[in-house]
Amino acid sequence: MRTFGPLDLGCFRFDAGDDGVAVLTWDTPGRSMNVISERAIDDLEAVLARVVDDAAVTGVVVVSAKAEFSGGADLALIERMIADYRATAPADPVAAATVLLARSRRLSVLYRRIETCGKPWVVAVAGRCLGGALELALAAHARIAADDSATRIGLPEVKVGLFPGAGGTQRVMRMLDPERALKVLSGGREHGMAEAVALGLIDRIVPRDRLVDEARAMIAAGLETVKPWDRSGFRPPGGGGPYTPAGYRFWPAAIARYRQETSDNYPAVRLLLRAAFEGLQLPIDRALAVEQRLFAEVLAGPEAAAMIRTLFTGRRALDRHPRRPRGLPERLPHTVGVVGAGFMGSAIAAALALAGFEVVLVDRDATTAARGRETALAGLAERVRSGRLEGAAAESAMRRLTAGEGIAALSGAGLVIEAAFEDAATKRTALAAISEVVADDAVVATNTSALPLAGLADAVRRPERFLGLHFFSPVERMRLVEVIRGGETSEAALALALDVVGRLGKTPIVVSDGRGFYVSRVVAAYVGEGVRMLAEGVPPAMVETVGRLTGMPTGPLALADEIGLDVAWRVAEVALAGVAPADDPVARVISALVPERGRLGRKGGAGFYDYPAGGRKALWPGLAGIAGRPRPAETIRVEGLKQRFLVVQALETVRALGEGVVAEAREADVGSVLGFGFPAFTGGTASYVDGLGSARFAAMCVELADRHGERFRPPVLLAELAAGGGTLRGRFPAG
Amino acid sequence: MPDAFVYDHVRTPRGRGKLDGALHEVSTVRLAATVLAALRERNDLDTALVDDVVLGCVDPVGEAGGDVARAAVFAAGWDRRVAGVQINRFCASGLEAVNMAAAAVMSGQHELVVAGGVESMSRVGIGASGGAWPVDPLVALPSFFMPQGVAADLIATKYGFSRDDVDAYAVESQRRAAQAWAEGRFARSVVPVCDGLGIPLLSRDEHMRPGTDMQALAALEPSFRTLGEQMGFDAVAIAAHPEIEAVRHVHHAGNSSGIVDGASAVLIGSAEAGEAAGLTPRARIRAFVSTGSDPALMLTGPVDATDKLLKRARASLADVDLFEINEAFSAVVLRTVQAFDLDPAEVNVNGGAIAMGHPLGATGAMLIGTLLDELERRDLACGLVAMCIGAGMGTATLIERV
Repeated sequence: MRTFGPLDLGCFRFDAGDDGVAVLTWDTPGRSMNVISERAIDDLEAVLARVVDDAAVTGVVVVSAKAEFSGGADLALIERMIADYRATAPADPVAAATVLLARSRRLSVLYRRIETCGKPWVVAVAGRCLGGALELALAAHARIAADDSATRIGLPEVKVGLFPGAGGTQRVMRMLDPERALKVLSGGREHGMAEAVALGLIDRIVPRDRLVDEARAMIAAGLETVKPWDRSGFRPPGGGGPYTPAGYRFWPAAIARYRQETSDNYPAVRLLLRAAFEGLQLPIDRALAVEQRLFAEVLAGPEAAAMIRTLFTGRRALDRHPRRPRGLPERLPHTVGVVGAGFMGSAIAAALALAGFEVVLVDRDATTAARGRETALAGLAERVRSGRLEGAAAESAMRRLTAGEGIAALSGAGLVIEAAFEDAATKRTALAAISEVVADDAVVATNTSALPLAGLADAVRRPERFLGLHFFSPVERMRLVEVIRGGETSEAALALALDVVGRLGKTPIVVSDGRGFYVSRVVAAYVGEGVRMLAEGVPPAMVETVGRLTGMPTGPLALADEIGLDVAWRVAEVALAGVAPADDPVARVISALVPERGRLGRKGGAGFYDYPAGGRKALWPGLAGIAGRPRPAETIRVEGLKQRFLVVQALETVRALGEGVVAEAREADVGSVLGFGFPAFTGGTASYVDGLGSARFAAMCVELADRHGERFRPPVLLAELAAGGGTLRGRFPAG
Repeated sequence: MPDAFVYDHVRTPRGRGKLDGALHEVSTVRLAATVLAALRERNDLDTALVDDVVLGCVDPVGEAGGDVARAAVFAAGWDRRVAGVQINRFCASGLEAVNMAAAAVMSGQHELVVAGGVESMSRVGIGASGGAWPVDPLVALPSFFMPQGVAADLIATKYGFSRDDVDAYAVESQRRAAQAWAEGRFARSVVPVCDGLGIPLLSRDEHMRPGTDMQALAALEPSFRTLGEQMGFDAVAIAAHPEIEAVRHVHHAGNSSGIVDGASAVLIGSAEAGEAAGLTPRARIRAFVSTGSDPALMLTGPVDATDKLLKRARASLADVDLFEINEAFSAVVLRTVQAFDLDPAEVNVNGGAIAMGHPLGATGAMLIGTLLDELERRDLACGLVAMCIGAGMGTATLIERV
């Protein structure tokens, strides 16, 4: 009998037991989370060779030594593959693609060899098991998991512009009916164990400390090592594949829903559909080959790189607060006060309480504050009911959230967030009152979407301990917080604010003062462009639909209604500064709606839309009367409108960077996608410019300026970049 | 270039396309053989003179599969030297067969050709032949696939046809078809389908509901609302036509074409071939076209095809005396009439597929025959057939009496 030496592994430990079962423990050194790096793949290949060669090994149990099982593929590795491909493709595209395919399919090939090695592999999951790690589990012969709420599985690839390309599409489509399979593959959701077992993706759940023993027992009891799809006569679940009566019922609607949900802007999901559809018609090995080619095709496109850069690398970097003043120790307030128990105030209070802060919610009187607290509690209860929040977490948050009798209740707060009505006078009054009662070292923040801090700071007693925190609605779902540094904001105040935002689990961008800061300023450009289109005679529904087809979450007119047309009107009034509304198309439309007809937007039940009680909102039929008769749709280029929506926002971003409102291109990117839903496939507003190239973007702007107005005229900064072939990322690099 | 002349046309009556339809017990091949046999008998035709039989069939699988035209040659007892070919241009297959037969004659390569079509929708079933268009993302996405009824509702929404408009059109189709039958206007072309003893199984179109009124139609639920709203197809429609806020679903079984069984055949040949066979030409095929059209609207091909056809023929609308625009759905005809500002009194004068049914592959050749019979009855010169087609196509043919 051959004897085997120890395996030289970097990320795993391989312990062959006396019973023949080898336990493979994943424990990437120096990282809190296991990821599938090149080294991990090398290790797995070596382990597989040993398992196959060593007759004494009867099976393998894979476990993790970390709190989580694994986050999946190392996206830095994927970024390198993409970068290498891009560097070599111009010279020889086919050779570059061949290399890309060879590298990107390696994991899939390895998993298939594990699946067909003839000895049983059991993946024992505790903690989260995501992406490529779940694909390993799916290739294994059984999946066993811990029966606790920290254990979750999921395929989040689509969120960063990828799809599960290590056999995931083929195995899930062969394990579940197509409806559920596509939801798991393209939904990007994490699934708890109850759901995972019901789906059939996890075979058994046991207490965490019993995982390895139970996995061993499964192997001892005998596990089938030939997958159903490797037997003759296998038929995919749910009717047997695409070209069957069941297939004709399923696929047309699945494709329609894909378009409905993505406007066909996301190649990864489109190619995922193709992998699923085409793969189901083939034997598994050829199906995997199809999946591998389509996965490489996703990597070769611009969207995957852009989405990884912004939604993974960029967002994670900002979560580490690179703009936090260095050298200051973390200082979290024990108690946070929230002033203004309205919709936003109560939601912010709930988020703070959930994050572990003692929260005092106050308003003009105790009754109003108590009502705000009730709103916050109801929101928490609703999240528990829908399964998005643990009951225990909600209960302790509720205990930490109190309603104050009056403003004096804020005296012990280390941070007070003023969330009063969005009106400078109202806020100044609230801020002055807060200043009266808070301790000298307390930080005071105003939650405002657009009001410049310069106009509020003199109402505060200590302007160096004053800043802006722009939360987005709905607070529990929106990940971004815009942190606004006023003219006198101290480093200590900024550090404290960032520490609190971090504790809330939200991603901050740090911006300078100015009307609309970054987010609202760009949103206003989007909304304004939509209103202009309306005034030009683009049919209202077309303005809205094309906004969504562009990839924005909401049409510009619906968004204007949400923000409030009275707000838009105040902005327009200021901008006009005495000029007659008739000379400005946006002002003409808004003035016809607000002062003339009292249509204030959603909250007033009437704006660009009508909001019938209990019914679906519908565009107000009177729009034609105020905006002019719509032109025939056939005379309007949809692509032209889409371009205007994207360019107007990107150009406003260039200006914000140029004026120093935003410091880093990646903050503009992350802020645009997380803050106002700028289409993720572009990678964000700055990446959109860099993706096109500054010269091409500038040329586009010139053309749009000539045709549609001076707002598109490239600023000096853009002209300079274009002349030098520079990028926004290069000009506004990470600090 | 030789002219292509129409010498004769026959069709079966259209049987209700269900298990209890009169033609359900008749196979696809026998339906096709019925019209071939009738052509031979009526014209005392030496079938050895016929070069080819071109038959449209939209679901050519099972009993309709392989090459149903060659099968029909045998079943009809025609000379074994007559070739056969089955073609598929979806709903315009029967018209395309006429056009391809005419093309073969006009190019001088064939002398005498039978063109027609056959569809036993009760036996084979609509959609039985499958295909990539609705299910393969590579095709379904760029073609904005949606069920045809949703596309018809999109046309109605986009061009402003209300539920009353589409229902009123259907009522008129029923009225005209009933009147045409009552006056014997189809007598020259319709041959009964008989059993082996000569006992007729069906002599008249079976799908008609004479006396249908607005009230009866108003009671019907829109057929495509659930598909549109719940399966995402309305969103597909709106993505392609973003000026539309919401699709209004107006079509239902009463204002859409009927599902039926039937077959048709047109005898087409050169002047010399007609002379040799002792036949008298009835009409000349002046021009024909096929074209792609907006795939999301899907069924507006008759507008594009008519435009293209008139240019090709160097003709104008004023030259055309009567129009047959296939009644796939009310909105298809209403949109075509609207686009060219046609006189409704000149369009589908004897009703159409809403009343009598649409045996997919056979309808086009039926429309040629119906149009020709009516031109003769009214002693008019020129007629145009235009058909809408799945996946966004249009086929049209211009004929003139000689």
